[in-house]
Amino acid sequence: MAIEKILKDDASEEKGERARMASFVGAIAITDLVKTTLGPKGMDKILQSTGRGNEVTVTNDGATILKSLHIDNPAAKVLIDISKVQDDEVGDGTTSVVVLAGELLREAEKLVAAKIHPMTIISGYRMAAECARNALLQRVVDNKENAEKFKSDLMKIAMTTLSSKILSQDKEHFAQLAVDAVMRLKGSTNLEAIQIIKKPGGSLKDSFLDEGFILDKKIGLGQPKRIENAKILVANTAMDTDKVKIYGARVRVDSMSKVAEIEGAEKEKMREKVKKILGHGINCFVNRQLIYNFPEELFADAGILAIEHADFDGIERLALVTGGEIASTFDNPESVKLGHCKLIEEIMIGEDKLIHFSGVEMGQACTIVLRGASHHVLDEAERSLHDALCVLSQTVNDTRVLLGGGWPEMVMAKEVDELARKTPGKKSHAIEAFSRALVAIPTIIADNAGLDSADLVAKLRAEHHKEGCNAGIDVISGSVGDMAELGISEAFKVKQAVLLSATEAAEMILRVDEIITCAPRKREDRM
Amino acid sequence: MALAFDEYGRPFIIVKEQEQKTRLRGIEAQKANISAGKAVARILRTSLGPKGMDKMLQSPDGDVTITNDGATILEQMDVDNQIAKLMVELSRSQDYEIGDGTTGVVVMAGALLEQAERLLERGIHPIRIAEGYEMASRIAVEHLDHIAQKFDFGPTNIEPLVQTCMTTLSSKIVNRCKRPLAEIAVKAVLSVADLERKDVNLDLIKVEGKVGGKLEDTELVYGITVDKDMSHPQMPKKIEDAKIAILTCPFEPPKPKTKHKVDIDTVEKFQTLRQQEQKYFDDMVQKCKDVGATLVICQWGFDDEANHLLMHRNLPAVRWVGGVELELIAIATGGRIVPRFQELTPEKLGRAGLVREKSFGTTKDKMLYIEHCANSRAVTIFIRGGNKMMIEETKRSIHDALCVARNLIRNNSIVYGGGSAEISCSIAVEAAADKYPGVEQYAIRAFADALDSVSIALAENSGLQPIETLSAVKSQQIKENNPHFGIDCNDVGTNDMREQNVFETLIGKQQQILLATQVVKMILKIDDVISPSDY
Repeated sequence: MAIEKILKDDASEEKGERARMASFVGAIAITDLVKTTLGPKGMDKILQSTGRGNEVTVTNDGATILKSLHIDNPAAKVLIDISKVQDDEVGDGTTSVVVLAGELLREAEKLVAAKIHPMTIISGYRMAAECARNALLQRVVDNKENAEKFKSDLMKIAMTTLSSKILSQDKEHFAQLAVDAVMRLKGSTNLEAIQIIKKPGGSLKDSFLDEGFILDKKIGLGQPKRIENAKILVANTAMDTDKVKIYGARVRVDSMSKVAEIEGAEKEKMREKVKKILGHGINCFVNRQLIYNFPEELFADAGILAIEHADFDGIERLALVTGGEIASTFDNPESVKLGHCKLIEEIMIGEDKLIHFSGVEMGQACTIVLRGASHHVLDEAERSLHDALCVLSQTVNDTRVLLGGGWPEMVMAKEVDELARKTPGKKSHAIEAFSRALVAIPTIIADNAGLDSADLVAKLRAEHHKEGCNAGIDVISGSVGDMAELGISEAFKVKQAVLLSATEAAEMILRVDEIITCAPRKREDRM
Repeated sequence: MALAFDEYGRPFIIVKEQEQKTRLRGIEAQKANISAGKAVARILRTSLGPKGMDKMLQSPDGDVTITNDGATILEQMDVDNQIAKLMVELSRSQDYEIGDGTTGVVVMAGALLEQAERLLERGIHPIRIAEGYEMASRIAVEHLDHIAQKFDFGPTNIEPLVQTCMTTLSSKIVNRCKRPLAEIAVKAVLSVADLERKDVNLDLIKVEGKVGGKLEDTELVYGITVDKDMSHPQMPKKIEDAKIAILTCPFEPPKPKTKHKVDIDTVEKFQTLRQQEQKYFDDMVQKCKDVGATLVICQWGFDDEANHLLMHRNLPAVRWVGGVELELIAIATGGRIVPRFQELTPEKLGRAGLVREKSFGTTKDKMLYIEHCANSRAVTIFIRGGNKMMIEETKRSIHDALCVARNLIRNNSIVYGGGSAEISCSIAVEAAADKYPGVEQYAIRAFADALDSVSIALAENSGLQPIETLSAVKSQQIKENNPHFGIDCNDVGTNDMREQNVFETLIGKQQQILLATQVVKMILKIDDVISPSDY
């Protein structure tokens, strides 16, 4: 008698070896996809969206690539998820984490083929990951005390992060930009305060950091173009038709003259509101919502600069920069905190006019203006800069720093190898495999740079056998070099997150011995 | 088939539209049902025990869940077969009642069905089998009472509780840091437990998760976390000795609930309404201020103007807080939920020692921590982990651990795990079988075999020789008359579960046996399956 069908019609079920194979294949396919973007000589990908206009994105950022993929393989989804988390949590290392998880699974596949139980592999991996983390902890450098040195550390980290991106040509310039911007935050990780404005035109080198604040808006007609010693009121209030919101009131009249009267009253109300605003003794008024022509005219008459429709983030940032508060009621002018700045003027970048606030009270926020040849370049530049900013802001909180260029992987691999030798039992195979997966990262970096990876990695391994070695791969000259001298550094927090989440993901996929796919939800046929 | 003949030999139809229905009867129906039940059990069999494997489930919308929890697997599997649905129900009711052992109960039911199939082939009537099972389950449950041990714990001595929770957690992916998680679970349960009445309200424990960080960063917050931030970006991020007004009325212009409208037809009306409106907002804020609140938590949104007024009067506020969270906050801070501004009084304010905002990662994720509450009986377990699936799985594991701790507080009897309880029951049932005259004897023996097969599955999953291990343990138990020998899944070197500190709750185990027996009885009693045929 046939075995009863348990699942629904379109559902599928894969068991044991087949399930494991499906997840290995999926995960490794994803790894191979992003592998070529790793390292300073990594290549970019073109992504074409299926949406309207078939927009094209050119990128080197692992998280961006993976986010745009539509994938059906559940194991691959796990990898995409860890890359997304890495992006949210530390901002960089999104490619590395996927590659490491993929390499761990690739090694695990070999072990499973050699009839080692997945649970044994997992416990080996766990021991290895713990040991690798300790190895890194022993070798971290912490320059928290020494501000001068710490700043140079930040500089190095920024340059290392940027060197794999489109900005690598001007990495010193941008590293300086990023470090300056992050130092202004004074330890907060709120990157909202750093505004990035993209303006096509010019070259990447023309990008600059502005200490003040730039608002991408035009100044209203007939209003002053330049204000010194500005007193700014930042507001979030309706300046169109100020409705009466109470009790669901509405206007219902029976004659034309009444309409005119009420319109008059409304106008009067607006005029009063403007008067109240003027009562604050300001000369600049920034509103989050629309300002209609009528109040705008009133402002112009009073010689006040009125800016409408600044987006909410802009408002928040402006309030942060100028030290004012965001106001919505205007009855108590004496107690509302106004913002101050030395000078407001209209400036031109490329062909666009922008409003520039300089000499602001609190220097926490700042603006980076990116210039570049095309939108694609600018988008990618923004992503790269964002990565650098994220890493830097995290490093300011956790000041531990490591060398880069494959050095941490080699250090970990060496310690893990030691552990493998000491561990009895089948676990030692898994630990050895972990170290092989770690070494795969410098190998891929070298491969992507078109170097002889086998030779280089062997040399590197030999170098690392000495105590206190700083050797890593110098991609520029194509040889093994001293990373400390070359000034290639990475943040400890990034490396640790890569190591831990990659191990966690690999473990998760390894534990699976059955995949059940439910029948896809039936969509309404829209045809 | 469904045709019957009346006394004149004329056929008449019993089942309507019989052509369109498929029908299975008698032994065929029982066999089909049993094989469906077995198939479900087979899926879960490999998830049993500390070395059990996980299942990856893809939902109809493409979301991936990776889990080891029996109830979750079955729930997400979206089964179509009626009997399979019964098994899903079975695991769910174990989940509701006990919270743990959801895999074990299904494996047990599967084993019972498998044994029943053999008995059916020998021609024993299904009702006799069912009755035999019933007797056997009674013997087993009694025996469990007999071998169970009480153990002592108190607010100071939590070690035994932690050990039991660790047993539960060791089969999950989080076993890497089972010790800290078990401690968190136990502390959470103890802080909300009513030790006098031996009751625990698990609703007071909130389990929150946020991706990022590592599993070790998971923490127990003596208070509430809310996934919200202050309504105005410039409000203070930290409030000490907060007096909290908990509101369910919006800081918005009032809208009459009835359909009527206020018509404005004269300028005077327009102006009076305008003034009223301004005053209204002012009043609302003033009322909160008057009763001495230093923080407002509101279920609804704020109007821009009200928001500014709050900021202006230096009254921090949080908006759009969910109803459940609002309730928890009210419990924790000892405040009352106030539905109207007019009803605010100083006594209705909640109190918390510290309210602070904490931001995570590079995105602007913020959470609000409300700590050192007046009534510290509501706690939050805040989970961190590498990815979303990990967080979800950790939440499920923590839930299991919490349930176990709760069960122990309700009833502090334990049995030893690692299959030792099953083996011991199996011996007792086997011995009792001979005393029963009649066909039931066979069913009782079959029940003992089914109990064994749970232990066999445990051994199989741990990579041991199943039959060899089982017979060794069994003979050891009989020889030394000690029910604490079980299967050494973790390769520790001893199979005395007392030394390994592997406990399970007595009620959990008893419930498993009773529920499994009940479902199997129900399945065996079905002798006719009528279902609409596919069209």
